Amino acid sequence: MKTILSAEKQTMRDGLSKTMLRLSQEDENVYVLDGDLGTSTKADVVADNNPEKFLQMGIAEQNMMSAAAGLATTGIQPWTFSFAAFLSKRSIDQIQVQIAQPKLDVKMIGGYSGLLTGLTGKTHQSLEDIAIFRTLANMVVLAPGDSKEVEKVMEFAHQYDGPVYIRVARDAYPILFDDDYTFELGKAITLKEGTDATIISTGTQTSRSVEAAEKLEEEEGISVEVLHMPSIKPLDTEAIVKAAEKTGAIVTAEEHSIIGGLGSAVAETLVEEKPVPVVRVGVKDRNSESGPNEAMLDKYEISPNHVVDAVKQVLKKK
Amino acid sequence: MSTLLQEEQKNLLINKSKEARKQLIKAVNHAGAGHIGGPMSAMDLFINLYFNELNVSTEDPDNDNRDRFVLSKGHSAIGLYAALAVRGFFPIEELKTFDSLDSRLQAHPDMTILPGLDMSTGSLGQGISAAVGMALGAKLQNKEFRTYCIVGDGESQEGQVWEAADVASKYKLDNLVAILDNNKIQQFGWNAGNGKREIPAVNAHGRWEAFGWHVIDIDGHNHEEITNALHEAKQVSGKPTIIIANTVKGKGVSFMEDTIKWHSRVPTDEELELGLKELEAGV
Ligand SMILES: Cc1ncc(C[n+]2csc(CCOP(=O)(O)OP(=O)(O)O)c2C)c(N)n1
Repeated sequence: MKTILSAEKQTMRDGLSKTMLRLSQEDENVYVLDGDLGTSTKADVVADNNPEKFLQMGIAEQNMMSAAAGLATTGIQPWTFSFAAFLSKRSIDQIQVQIAQPKLDVKMIGGYSGLLTGLTGKTHQSLEDIAIFRTLANMVVLAPGDSKEVEKVMEFAHQYDGPVYIRVARDAYPILFDDDYTFELGKAITLKEGTDATIISTGTQTSRSVEAAEKLEEEEGISVEVLHMPSIKPLDTEAIVKAAEKTGAIVTAEEHSIIGGLGSAVAETLVEEKPVPVVRVGVKDRNSESGPNEAMLDKYEISPNHVVDAVKQVLKKK
Repeated sequence: MSTLLQEEQKNLLINKSKEARKQLIKAVNHAGAGHIGGPMSAMDLFINLYFNELNVSTEDPDNDNRDRFVLSKGHSAIGLYAALAVRGFFPIEELKTFDSLDSRLQAHPDMTILPGLDMSTGSLGQGISAAVGMALGAKLQNKEFRTYCIVGDGESQEGQVWEAADVASKYKLDNLVAILDNNKIQQFGWNAGNGKREIPAVNAHGRWEAFGWHVIDIDGHNHEEITNALHEAKQVSGKPTIIIANTVKGKGVSFMEDTIKWHSRVPTDEELELGLKELEAGV
């Protein structure tokens, strides 16, 4: 069987820095605000190539987010960059009161989300950001699955008038989408058809889910559908219900805590609309540590093999 | 000190401050909730800004070139609402809706529903950062408007205030004026053993100066001094200005003045009558 996963891998930061530079050049209102992480998030590409559009706000995330709100009221579209961990926890009150509640046009890029943050450990990993951001009224929460989708999602955010949180990751992932792909807010994408079970995944966990689905089909003859959810809020509840009707068994998969993230959002929908067996893949309410990527995925139970096991588990409940 | 304020204008400011203080204590009595001490202490600042300083218009409150005002100590919203009503942004009658369902006059300022409010605040420490963003936005886009912000002295315990002070100074925001409502009392306060629970001396002047700001100390209830300070701020170039307005919490009603008790107490009908009389007499 031919895989839909490319052998070549690209980091989300590539798509992100390229697109950020272009938007800052094309639109006079676009400015980049950095919390002294430009070299990590790759916002430094704007500092180096379009310095007038780069505002260093220092290691002061609370001020950065409130100042972004102030800037937005003057007609500027601020793109704020920090780590997902710091945006979602250090400055969430500022984001809530001054950006989300007044629905100001501020973009938030949460870099280094999830577990794989380049050996920085639990202080820098972010397993709660989806949960935190999706509870805020007026927020749009997006978790693209590859570098190309990062570009498309940023183009959408640029056009959209309101707060958008974009969850991106540090390392390289297979390419899932090509140039023709159009991102639609609140729409899921079927990456692979199947009839026995559906994996609903988001962000970096999508390529791992595709890998798991292909393996199940090839090695065990189990037909698994993969539904990618780049838009966590608004959520494509219709696609979730349809998936439940079609395969009758759902696995959710995300590089995030199993509490409050995509798995919770999907379960909330199914419980009310179409109860079917669900198994959630994610970090199971525990703190993590620093370590090499493969070992981390394994120890914290979000590797492709863990997705495979989850599908087998959910089929037993069917 | 030479004065920039003509006698007639000064009397107008004094009268408007009196009128707004009356409206404020009436509104809190009517709502049965709300803060009083902080709004009373900042009232002369609100009135001076809205009648004498800010380039704003009641007909076109959202004009792109208007001066911006951010009430960082958002819990003093009812004081700002009273000043805005007296200035004609909305009918005085509407003050009766303060804190009630569907009102535009929320407990803390909500920029999405009341024209003339430039930022939503209420969680202390944030407003001054938003004001920094506005002043920075003006600089980046070559816009002429100036940004003003009132900060509480208790509020200044928030670390974010100093993040904002730092960044404002780095970007040389001489189009930004912060005013510290230095009434030396916060909500519960510090136990110094004298029952007053005032804020320990913090050398606000030295702190702001150390952050690179131009600092002016004034009596925050004296309209001449407020006017002169706001004028001086306009002459400063290359750095933001902070006016340390020394104020009295609860200013204008003797039994509300300088006491922790009146941070957010609601006046009874009798207290309201007495308060209105004192304000009228100008005690
Ligand atoms: C972040 C945050 N913490 C606590 C409060 C609760 N609170 C409201 S007013 C106040 C005291 C503020 O003191 P100060 O800034 O001196 O204001 P003033 O005395 O002029 O009313 C407190 C603690 C709040 N609104 N926001």
